Amino acid sequence: MMRAVDAIMECLKAEGVDVVFGYPGGANLPTYDAMYDSGIRHILVRHEAGGGHAAEGYAKASGKVGVCFATSGPGATNIVTPLTDAMMDSVPVVFFTGQVRTELLGTDGFQEADTFGITMPIVKHSFMIQHPTEIPRIVHEAFHIARTGRPGPVLIDMPTDLTRTEIDYQPVGDVRLPGYQPTTEGNQKQIRLAAKAMANARRPVIYAGGGVINADASSELTELALVDGLPVTCTLMGLGAFPAPHQQWLGMLGMHGTRTANYAMDEADLIVAVGARFDDRITGKLSEFAPRAKFIHIDIDPAEISKNVPAHIPIVGDAKNILARLLSEYRGLQPDPARLAEWWERIERWRMQHPLRYDDSADNEIKPQFLVQALYDATDRGDCILATDIGQHQMWAAQYFHFTKPRRWIQSGGLGTMGFGLPAAMGAAVAQPDLRTIVLSGDASIQMNMQELSTLATYGIPVKVVIMNNGYLGMVRQWQELFWDRRYSAVEMSQWPDFVKLAEAMGCHGVRLVDKTTLVDDLRAALALDGPVVIDARVTKEESVYPMIAPGQAARDMVG
Amino acid sequence: MGEPGTKELLSLAELDAAAGVRTGRKHVLSILVENKPGVLTRIAGLFARRGFNIDTLVVGPTDDEALSRITLTVDGAMHPIDQVTKQLHKLVNVLKIRDLEPDEAVAREMALFKISADAGSRGEIMQVVEIFRAKIIDVQRRTVIVEVTGTHDKVEAFERMVRPFGLVEMARTGEIALSRGRGET
Repeated sequence: MMRAVDAIMECLKAEGVDVVFGYPGGANLPTYDAMYDSGIRHILVRHEAGGGHAAEGYAKASGKVGVCFATSGPGATNIVTPLTDAMMDSVPVVFFTGQVRTELLGTDGFQEADTFGITMPIVKHSFMIQHPTEIPRIVHEAFHIARTGRPGPVLIDMPTDLTRTEIDYQPVGDVRLPGYQPTTEGNQKQIRLAAKAMANARRPVIYAGGGVINADASSELTELALVDGLPVTCTLMGLGAFPAPHQQWLGMLGMHGTRTANYAMDEADLIVAVGARFDDRITGKLSEFAPRAKFIHIDIDPAEISKNVPAHIPIVGDAKNILARLLSEYRGLQPDPARLAEWWERIERWRMQHPLRYDDSADNEIKPQFLVQALYDATDRGDCILATDIGQHQMWAAQYFHFTKPRRWIQSGGLGTMGFGLPAAMGAAVAQPDLRTIVLSGDASIQMNMQELSTLATYGIPVKVVIMNNGYLGMVRQWQELFWDRRYSAVEMSQWPDFVKLAEAMGCHGVRLVDKTTLVDDLRAALALDGPVVIDARVTKEESVYPMIAPGQAARDMVG
Repeated sequence: MGEPGTKELLSLAELDAAAGVRTGRKHVLSILVENKPGVLTRIAGLFARRGFNIDTLVVGPTDDEALSRITLTVDGAMHPIDQVTKQLHKLVNVLKIRDLEPDEAVAREMALFKISADAGSRGEIMQVVEIFRAKIIDVQRRTVIVEVTGTHDKVEAFERMVRPFGLVEMARTGEIALSRGRGET
């Protein structure tokens, strides 16, 4: 016999969990008592949202399931944002929330919130514990659901009285969920059809999304592209799925992607979409998206097939499984690379005519794009994990930083959560202690979860925080400049706080950089400091991200 | 349509036109679910999120006590219905969904009508009741309650017939349905 909470710790260990993020409170006191001598490392964040994003960052960097604990009421409502974020980006995280004891449920008890109800639309699945004996089975089901199929967040709400009960704990063998049977094996006939279509295509493009990274299918994707030299573009979430820079790499796709990538999609006759969902930031005006193309759509989630763009050859299943088989079918057809010569000529011309560019400053001022390039150089061509927040800095990083490997680029893509970057980087750094972890943030985004700086200091987690400081809510300012007659409404951030002093108050190093001429060396020196470091890099105040597909426009009409 | 974030104005007419794409085809969805708390909310939520109005909804036990059957009717454009059924499939507690074609299934609903009936009109009401093979299940001095079972159209027709007598109130179950033939719904 043991307390149900001790059984939870046993289940976590059986699932291979060695670190969790969280915040204790009244309703999860039993859980934290069990944690005390469980041997599982607990990182005490400063806000539950930080805990949720840290668990996401951990999951994204490691490929394992992240775990976050929060108490009832405000603890639970504080994880609503990371839950939604994890749902949008298919991140496997299990959230454990405390709940008031069962007799208080529904009575507006102290720190009671209807967590199960509030979170229902933003979870892959959720459980409300009804009886203590079901807890071990539910924990394993939660991990299974979070990790398999299209990954996603699972929540377990635990009334405090049930977790204190003694149960007869037996390790749980296999998980049986009759209503949950994700398709992993792609249909062989469809795969054969796809290979044929690819071998016959004259203007093919591979369009890879975050699903390729979730499926650990980057090497299969790369090999497929290398068979006869297919052009590849990735979504924001897919960066790192194909090594960049590379001769076959067209750059990022979408609203702030390269002209080359967007034009190639526009003129393609065949688009091979893998683990991507034709988001509006990719397609622009849907009716004019890739008008000449047929679509092969490979996705683990049948609900994504033909959701936005009708698929001609849908293949439902695990991308790793499908791409490996598609690769062998495709190789078997011995496709002729010569058929792509004309296409590559066209692509090369776009590349020559429309490289990513910006006007550098005439003085010492740091242009934001230059900051990203300097960071790339200072990290020996991107040898690090880079998380970002949301906004201009994120788009410039996506454009000017490159990744040769997956799980190095930590993003909040679907939800676009400001405040995601710092805690997510913290989680990534905990998952990959041997890699250097950097978060590039903006002066606005960083302030949304900057309390986690003291978590970094407390645990000596050596995340380097680079703040691209332009004193503005930069992306909103850009839209007001372009689409709202420069009426700058509520976007000026002023120069506060003093990030160097803030860093020091939080127990981190603080460095301010203002001079582009010494920037690479200064960055190198700051990144070499022990422990967490905050680098306040002052950049041009009013700079806009280009090129851009204006909202509701077609790729053909990119500006800038 | 204007994108959020741009200055372009939207007219109310444009908004209405975009919202009101209805095929007029009624869908009868039969959904087999695990009998667990929250299942109904999850299902209803998927419709609500897309702004679909559920016309009728019936939940009841099946031959297996661990399972319940939800029969739900909704009017929607073909494409979004397809999206919703795909999303429904993804719910962990949902085992099976069928969008029942009218000629491959039988569907029935039950209704109770409380009708004003004094000595003068009672006879005439009883005739209507007989024609519709309905049943009077309660008689008071000024009202009768009638039970009608049948197709959606039959219940509608009965309602039209008795309304002139003075319909005090009415309760309808919404349709339940099973597919024809040996195969399971």
